[in-house]
Amino acid sequence: MLHIPCPYCGPRDETEFHYGAGANIFYPEPTTATDEEWSKFVFIRENPKGWHAERWVHSAGCRRWFNVWRNTITHEFGPTYKPFTEQPKRPV
Amino acid sequence: MSNVTFKFDGVDYVGQAGDSLATALLKNGVLHFTDSTYRDRPRGIMGLWIDEPNALVNIDSGAGEPMVQATTVEITDGLVARSLSGIGDLPDTRDLSRYDRAYRYADVLVVGAGLAGLAEAKKYADQGKIVIIMDDKPEVGGHAQQCGETIPAELLAVLTRENVTHLQRTTVIGTYDQGYAVAVERRTDHINNKVSTDVARIRTWHVRAEHTVLATGAFQRPLVFANNDRPGIMLSHAAATYVERGVTKFKTAVVVTVDNQGYIDAIRLHKSGIRVLAIVDVRKKLSKASNKSARKPAEKLGIRIIKGATALDTNGTLDGILSSVVISDPKSGLKETIATDLLAISGGWTPTVHLATYIGIKPTWSKKRAAFIVRSKVKSISTVGMLAGDFEEYEPAVFFGPELDDTQALVAYVDHQRDATLRDLRRAVGAGMISIEHVKRYTAIGTAHDQGKTSGTLTMGLIGNLVGLAPDEIGSLTFRPPYIAVPFAALAGRERGLHTEPIRTTSIHSWHVAAGAPMEDVGQWKRPWFFPKPGEDLHAAVLRECRAARNGLAVMDASTLGKIDIQGKDAGAFLDQVYTNMFSTLKVGMSRYGLMCGVDGMVFDDGVTTRLGENHWLMTTTTGGAAKVMDWLEEWLQTEWPHLEVFCTSVTEQIATVAIVGPKSRALLALLSPGLDVSKEGFAFMENKYADVAGIPARIARISFSGELAYEINVPAWYGLELWLKVMELGAPLDVTPYGTESLHVLRAEKGFVIVGQETDGTQTPDDLGMDWIVSKKKDFIGKRSFSRADTSRPDRHQLVGLLPETSEFVIPEGSYFAEVQHKGATPPIPHIGYVTSSYFSGELNRSFAMALVHNGRARIGERVAIGNETAVITEPIFVDKENVRRDG
Repeated sequence: MLHIPCPYCGPRDETEFHYGAGANIFYPEPTTATDEEWSKFVFIRENPKGWHAERWVHSAGCRRWFNVWRNTITHEFGPTYKPFTEQPKRPV
Repeated sequence: MSNVTFKFDGVDYVGQAGDSLATALLKNGVLHFTDSTYRDRPRGIMGLWIDEPNALVNIDSGAGEPMVQATTVEITDGLVARSLSGIGDLPDTRDLSRYDRAYRYADVLVVGAGLAGLAEAKKYADQGKIVIIMDDKPEVGGHAQQCGETIPAELLAVLTRENVTHLQRTTVIGTYDQGYAVAVERRTDHINNKVSTDVARIRTWHVRAEHTVLATGAFQRPLVFANNDRPGIMLSHAAATYVERGVTKFKTAVVVTVDNQGYIDAIRLHKSGIRVLAIVDVRKKLSKASNKSARKPAEKLGIRIIKGATALDTNGTLDGILSSVVISDPKSGLKETIATDLLAISGGWTPTVHLATYIGIKPTWSKKRAAFIVRSKVKSISTVGMLAGDFEEYEPAVFFGPELDDTQALVAYVDHQRDATLRDLRRAVGAGMISIEHVKRYTAIGTAHDQGKTSGTLTMGLIGNLVGLAPDEIGSLTFRPPYIAVPFAALAGRERGLHTEPIRTTSIHSWHVAAGAPMEDVGQWKRPWFFPKPGEDLHAAVLRECRAARNGLAVMDASTLGKIDIQGKDAGAFLDQVYTNMFSTLKVGMSRYGLMCGVDGMVFDDGVTTRLGENHWLMTTTTGGAAKVMDWLEEWLQTEWPHLEVFCTSVTEQIATVAIVGPKSRALLALLSPGLDVSKEGFAFMENKYADVAGIPARIARISFSGELAYEINVPAWYGLELWLKVMELGAPLDVTPYGTESLHVLRAEKGFVIVGQETDGTQTPDDLGMDWIVSKKKDFIGKRSFSRADTSRPDRHQLVGLLPETSEFVIPEGSYFAEVQHKGATPPIPHIGYVTSSYFSGELNRSFAMALVHNGRARIGERVAIGNETAVITEPIFVDKENVRRDG
């Protein structure tokens, strides 16, 4: 079970959270986006081996959405950051 | 030690308290323990602990246990056990024992209380850390304790320190990410043999530790030679330990070894009064150190040492018990048969790498130790002791057994529980398999109860010898939790029976139960399915309930609908984005049905949302979708539109809703709330009014999910039952009829209303459901952009239609696929054109009907389709009151 660092509550067990896919995915302006841009937003996601920026929601806690770097191989967590704040550098 | 009596295979025995069942039986002279699973070979006890591959027992007394190793069972008075030949049977009685669960945080978790584990525990305890030390055996001290060594007092003292929690008989069964570990603590079986109802029989520990120390030790490895499975052949350190503990069955012993452990155990046997006839050492030459520490002390005791030889074969008595061992050295031509009743074998050590591999740490092959060892490079995990390779190096290195011809290989056992032999390995390699994962599946080695604890590394070494590769080039065995077999009840803890999952009930639930309604599970909710009168089945009850709703007065508990209170000055604008239709223009006091889509344009949830005030809304969601919708709303508010001032609060459990349905519902409402204008003009469709209903403050909404005149009366949840009772009381003269979810489904389907999750599976657009009318052309909303994608906008998608079976009593099973009518009765494969989403018998129509998703369905209306030998006609998906006149009463 992952130990997820909620930026509001501190580290908590995975069972309190829901996963919300990749972070920092640009929501295109729907009225002007081309089919290609739009389908990229809707369907295309990275599946990296290693560090991945992703979104989680602390559903059974503060109910806040936040972003965090997670290593998909070791399951280590890197820096966490709130929405609309600058993304910390990809950990090494 | 006190005596205890126990029964094994129907025979009464006396043993000493504290002994394992294996020790007690050996003391009683039982050598032939069971017969092997597939080949009926006589088998005896070979190991000392959970590595034991032969001695499986079923415990019939106390809480019972369907398959455990006799080496791990501590005898207690009245124990009843019987041997198993590899196959167990589950008891058909319920286990009434108590099981518990505990959660702990710690600075350091130490797994294994051998010398290495204790030393680590002391190190961290001295630093003031909070330490938990867990050990799976009955006694502390690990390997050293079993070999009769004294554990230093300063190490034992650590166990009683204030900052140290010491858990014995506690097996860590799984290690997970970020220092998480799960362990089972056996608390009562060793004390008595009763079903434990006041103290938890097993406590499952969930531990999160900053740092984990793995000091899991090692198992001794057997050797592979012909007839190596007879009772009387044991791992050397098990043999020595049993004899030290008082087993007197054996008079003589031969020790066959690849390392110095064989000498140590030979000396232990000698000192316990066994005549050690020979130590047979595969090594021709020993190092200086080994000569000094191993050979000379043995020689001093007068033990004969045969170097450069090994066991080739054994002979047995008529019962198959060991009687002699054939020693051979092909180079010198030595071949000697030595008569003995004990053969102790030492094939090196196999470190217990399981817990390390669970968290992704790969073991490395140590050629000098002929073993996979683990030296963790992960900061938060350290590996110590035998696991990390802290044991003797060999000279020469790898050894797994002598050269055997194919006849000998046929009885040279590698995995005793699976009766897998060296011959099986040769056949696997002959068939082209090299990878251990392939060999494992071909031979079933390592797949039995013991999970290959003695056979795993042995197999890799033998395969390596056959193909000329080092064991680590063949791969490494993948281990998965749990480390030992664990009763499901222990994992469940107290969450059994009614406590398996949380149960949600409405405030009116007790009435439904008293009325004898069977319940339907909707998510975690219990909803009444139907309300049978005496003698009625589901079909009869539903016909009666639907008739009441269509022609008279019916009532249902609608409290389970998800409800989200939405407030803030931007709530209207927010709802315009969330729903496909417009909400910001809705008048205060009015309700509107809305549909939500995902960004992919597929229907996600639906429900009625009411504007309670200028900036105050109440959203309802599907019963099962409430939590999902709540997360969804918060996601958009927090991650895309933080500038919107909107606050969402779940109020599902705060409001009870009673729906009164049918042409007579207006009359009932007038009785319930005498001052209220209930006229058609005074209380419009989709309007909300606040009034006292039977003295309870209520919000009444004129909403219909059946097409009939209907009202939903909403009250604070604690008034739910009182309101229901009033409805039943005042409705009695109008023959008020309670109905459940089955009639709810029939009524809405007759009217062509979809249920999200039944008519949809996440691949339907509003247009696919024929609900284009609810999609705003004027504003943007989540998912709108996807409607103009090529695939979502093509005209021939699967579309919702109705189906009328041509046999009017035939109710098509839901989920049925169907084909064009020319395929009637044809043998598949035939191309299907769609599938049934909802299907019922309608009393109103006096026939069966269905809803279905059909490829290019709207263009097919009027066509006939074939469902097996039956046929149906495609219609519009609305069967009752197409003109919407009934909702006005």
